[in-house]
Amino acid sequence: MQTLMRKRRRVSDMVLLGLIYLSAGFAIALLVGIIAYVFYKGLRTVNRTFLTTVTSVLKGTVGIAGNIINTLYLIGLTLLIATPIGVGSAIYLNEYAKPGKLVSAIEFTTETLAGIPSIIFGLFGMVFFGTTLGLKTSILTGAFTLTIMILPLITRNTQEALKTVPDSYRSGALGIGATKWYMIRTVLLPSAIPGILTGILLAIGRIVGESAALLFTAGSGRNLPKAGVEGFFRKFTESSGSLTIELYLQMQNGKYEIAFGIACVLLIIVLEINLMAKWISKRLEIKYGR
Amino acid sequence: MQNQKENTIISNKKHRTVAEQMAHIIFTVCAFFAVLAVLSITAYMIINGVPALITVGIKDILFSSVWAPSAAEPQYGILNVILTSIIGTGLAVLLGVPIGLFTAIFLAEVAPKKAATAIRSAVELLAGIPSVVYGLLGIYLLGPAMYKLERKVFEDSTTHQYTGGANLLAAVLVLAIMILPTVINISTSALRAVPGHMKSASLAVGASHIQTIFKVMIPAAKSGIISAVILGVGRAIGEAMAITLVSGSSVNLPLPFNSVRFLTTAIVAEMGYAGGVHRQVLFTIGLVLFAFVMLINATMSKLLKNKEVKD
Repeated sequence: MQTLMRKRRRVSDMVLLGLIYLSAGFAIALLVGIIAYVFYKGLRTVNRTFLTTVTSVLKGTVGIAGNIINTLYLIGLTLLIATPIGVGSAIYLNEYAKPGKLVSAIEFTTETLAGIPSIIFGLFGMVFFGTTLGLKTSILTGAFTLTIMILPLITRNTQEALKTVPDSYRSGALGIGATKWYMIRTVLLPSAIPGILTGILLAIGRIVGESAALLFTAGSGRNLPKAGVEGFFRKFTESSGSLTIELYLQMQNGKYEIAFGIACVLLIIVLEINLMAKWISKRLEIKYGR
Repeated sequence: MQNQKENTIISNKKHRTVAEQMAHIIFTVCAFFAVLAVLSITAYMIINGVPALITVGIKDILFSSVWAPSAAEPQYGILNVILTSIIGTGLAVLLGVPIGLFTAIFLAEVAPKKAATAIRSAVELLAGIPSVVYGLLGIYLLGPAMYKLERKVFEDSTTHQYTGGANLLAAVLVLAIMILPTVINISTSALRAVPGHMKSASLAVGASHIQTIFKVMIPAAKSGIISAVILGVGRAIGEAMAITLVSGSSVNLPLPFNSVRFLTTAIVAEMGYAGGVHRQVLFTIGLVLFAFVMLINATMSKLLKNKEVKD
């Protein structure tokens, strides 16, 4: 193909090329098939009642509104805690710390944290937040556990974004008399916002899809929060199952139709979030010509 | 930069210096949060996992294969659980890595550029599919298929205990599919990072494209591909919810058609109701899993360091 002269056809080449096409075809068909199948099985379950009500035995209807709200609570609280810490950590690593043992220790632990399986986070969260701190199975316990889990994601993406900000911005700001914190606040952070957003979106995707870390920390309740301010805050201390937990429990009971409906909702959310994250990071690339 | 006077010509108000120092301190604290988290997780895993090793005995937990936590004389041997995790992960990697690597070759070298970009982003999206969804498909589609296969294979056997399709083989298939996106993504990047002149040189001396890929590019991308494999191992050994229902519900030797428990699924399945020593042993299982993962992490970081030194 790439030579001037006609080449002897090698049998081994043909076999390997065949294997390459076969594997690629298999992998792609499989991955596309998974999404198509979930939509095919699940879409007919998804309707207004399914999305906006709580399962009612009296009316005989099934609904996952409670689980959707629980998931939103978990996302909101987790991001509220993890974003400042993650961004702060990235700023320290990139702007303040001098390269050395300390920085490599912090970076190593961040890597380690990213590699720990979610079931271990679940065990830790259950014992530490649930038992030691006495928060039991609640949104609080779940969100604290998730915070530790997604921290590396936010730190790493913010760091990447900070690295793309040209050094001339820094020296320029410092040169006209800005202090370091002022420079970070007014020059670096605004330029790093797309990167931070990407991290946050990826974190949301991870939270929405997480199950093992939540089973023993956030619990499996399906109730909607009670009306009013008190009801809103009370929810934080109640056992609350996310969409994934509900899906797990439904399939454990053999209710596959409901399970596929939830899977469908989960896929739509996760795919959309990932697309958005991709779009933002692409814009970042264009902006800085990475 | 700590000293205000160095940075500004005009002397500053005092509160600004305070704000500067506060910012520095706060960011430092944030950075140590990750260290604190890893240390406390390690400490808690050890504190909760070790007691059972002492009360039950290391030998009776790690090297015994009798798991009967609710018997009159309870026994807590987790050897089969450990073996299942090792063999299950090994088989999943053995199955997933070649397919993933060949797909990566396809994406990096064979496919037209536009198609490759489209497929790559599709694969990236798939990495984000929640693990319970894989579990659902596993139990709904693989389970019945496995049961059919099982009935065929053991038609003449009188001793086989039927599992109804939830067995090691099904779990391995689910795991192999789950690690595909990881392996494909990282291997594709590694292959693409191979310098163009190496490829050109190989082609110029008369090697065919396929020979170039397998004899030049893959060896050159070796460290990246090994990272992909290690990350795949990490993902497979730590996966819990996708295989809890697919792998079956009893502790057995890891044979293809046996109902088995992995380190992860043993915890998920029994933590809900376990108490006393049983619960402690589940934490020991967690500790064993944690040790495996730390070992994988350490290998990975050593590998990356070697690569940096080489570069």
